[in-house]
Amino acid sequence: MTTEKLELLANSIRQDIIEMLIEAGSGHTAGPLGLADIFAALYGKVLIHDPKKPDWPDRDRLILSNGHVVPVRYAAMAEVGYFPKAELKSLRRFGSRLQGHPERLRLPGLESTSGPLGSGLSQAGGMAYAFRMDGRKHVRVYCVTGDGELQEGNVWEAAMFIGKNRLSNLTMIIDRNNIQIDGPTESVMPLEPLGMKFQAFGWHVIEVDGHNIEQIEAACEQAKAIFEKPTCIIAHTIAGKGVDFIEYDFRWHGYDPTGDTSDKLRDYRHALSELRTLHGKIKSEHE
Amino acid sequence: MMINKLLHLNPKLFKPTLEHVPNRKGFGDGLYNVGTANKQVVAVCADLEESTQMNTFAKAFPERFIEVGVAEQNLVTVASGLAAAGKVPFVTSYAAFSPGRNWEQIRTTICLNDQPVKIVGSHAGVSVGPDGATHQMLEDIALMRTLPNMIVVVPCDYHEARRATEALAKIKQPAYLRLAREKTAAITTERTPFAIGKAQVLWEGSDITVVACGPLVYEALVAAKQLAAHGVSVEVINSPTVKPLDHVTILRSAKKTKAVITVEEAQVNGGLGGAVAELLGEQYPVPMYRIGVRDRFGQSGTLAELWDEYELNAQHIEKHIYSLLARKPQ
Repeated sequence: MTTEKLELLANSIRQDIIEMLIEAGSGHTAGPLGLADIFAALYGKVLIHDPKKPDWPDRDRLILSNGHVVPVRYAAMAEVGYFPKAELKSLRRFGSRLQGHPERLRLPGLESTSGPLGSGLSQAGGMAYAFRMDGRKHVRVYCVTGDGELQEGNVWEAAMFIGKNRLSNLTMIIDRNNIQIDGPTESVMPLEPLGMKFQAFGWHVIEVDGHNIEQIEAACEQAKAIFEKPTCIIAHTIAGKGVDFIEYDFRWHGYDPTGDTSDKLRDYRHALSELRTLHGKIKSEHE
Repeated sequence: MMINKLLHLNPKLFKPTLEHVPNRKGFGDGLYNVGTANKQVVAVCADLEESTQMNTFAKAFPERFIEVGVAEQNLVTVASGLAAAGKVPFVTSYAAFSPGRNWEQIRTTICLNDQPVKIVGSHAGVSVGPDGATHQMLEDIALMRTLPNMIVVVPCDYHEARRATEALAKIKQPAYLRLAREKTAAITTERTPFAIGKAQVLWEGSDITVVACGPLVYEALVAAKQLAAHGVSVEVINSPTVKPLDHVTILRSAKKTKAVITVEEAQVNGGLGGAVAELLGEQYPVPMYRIGVRDRFGQSGTLAELWDEYELNAQHIEKHIYSLLARKPQ
């Protein structure tokens, strides 16, 4: 997929997210929007996978550690053909395969169940270790995490384990948007110097603009070429990216800062129209 | 003798020459056996290789032995990933730390995520002794029994722990295996049948039922033998699988004796006692008493001192049998 097509994919994912959340009436907004470019790059280009064969043994594994941003994954999966896009509207509904937080057993292709923070990286580590044991290092394991969740001790246990074992078939992507529920990460509980921390744990660290699809792709390619270490890509993102009144505002971590239903719907419709306009811009730039 | 001869229990059961072996050693030997039989079996260890008896496996299969250090949250989540990639992981630590510290990770990444990880908690119960309350895990049965999709096994001795390990390796489901530190009575033999989910009547009787698990099964047998000499007919059921509980065997006995005592080296709240009380309360209420630790923490001491303090030994079991018989409607 060309960069232009990936950018269009990212925009479609953003529209899907807004539509899903309008339909569901609850869920996380800012995180999924901020990850749209990364998920477009992963599902559209980086991952070796087959949407028609979610159980293919040689598929790359994508572990989503911060399960609350799963709307971006559902949207990306639907866009590339894992399931019909119409099913996105079932998000968070009774009986839906698209649970509020991802459940592996309900939807093929999810790889793991997550929500409680800080445990995805260890699972990715276990998978990468097993593939190396079996001489199947060509199967790459990707783990997307939030940044606030790096405050969980479990993450650093995993970082030590993966660093010790030099699991170079594992790539971690941190959604560094600097926000968490109670405010900016650096005031809630500082994470910096984040890159140096991972380096000290034996990782190769790459910092990218998390909205620049070429940079995301290039970092994932670079990670494949490094054989002595695991790679941590710190992707600097803007929470709510693509919708100007959601961007940078930590209150949009959850759903709605006003609590007023009519305002909420109006805001989301506004967001959608903004994204559609943006969609037009991208088309006009590249056509 | 009221002993169930079909079970081929240790012929030296009540003799001074009876062997005493820690049941964790049975796990260690069982793990080696399953490692030999199935190349997908891996052992994950949190800095307690020898005391959790992983050393035999580690020596035989170093490429399948994974050390995570003192990191119990990582222990179970790495194992979840290993299982997702086709491995059959056994993970060990002291029960106080696993599942004591990492319960949420077990809940989400193993039970809800349905990965067939075998969690082995050693040094459970007050019999850990001098280490004291912090290391005497008593709440693990309750913690694990409430988790959907989790099997809970509390073997009574060496052979049962070995057999349980071998059986669990073949089940594609999460499981918790609870072990003790100290040498305890060898009740079963190579020939004793074993199956996950099955309880067995070790000693047949008609006045009262004692359902036990873990090393205290032996104390229940000693109590039953002594009471037989005084004309009290006790039925002793060994129920190593606390979940799924063998309803058939326990209800059949309760219907016969109409009085039930449970015995375990754990909190009775939510433990085997809790499980049996739930079963009988719903399906066949009879007078009941739960022997075990009753809403207290442990403390330092010898096994003998602690089994006396917490009223777990044969003498206390006899006392509680008499009390319950007095409450039983005639």
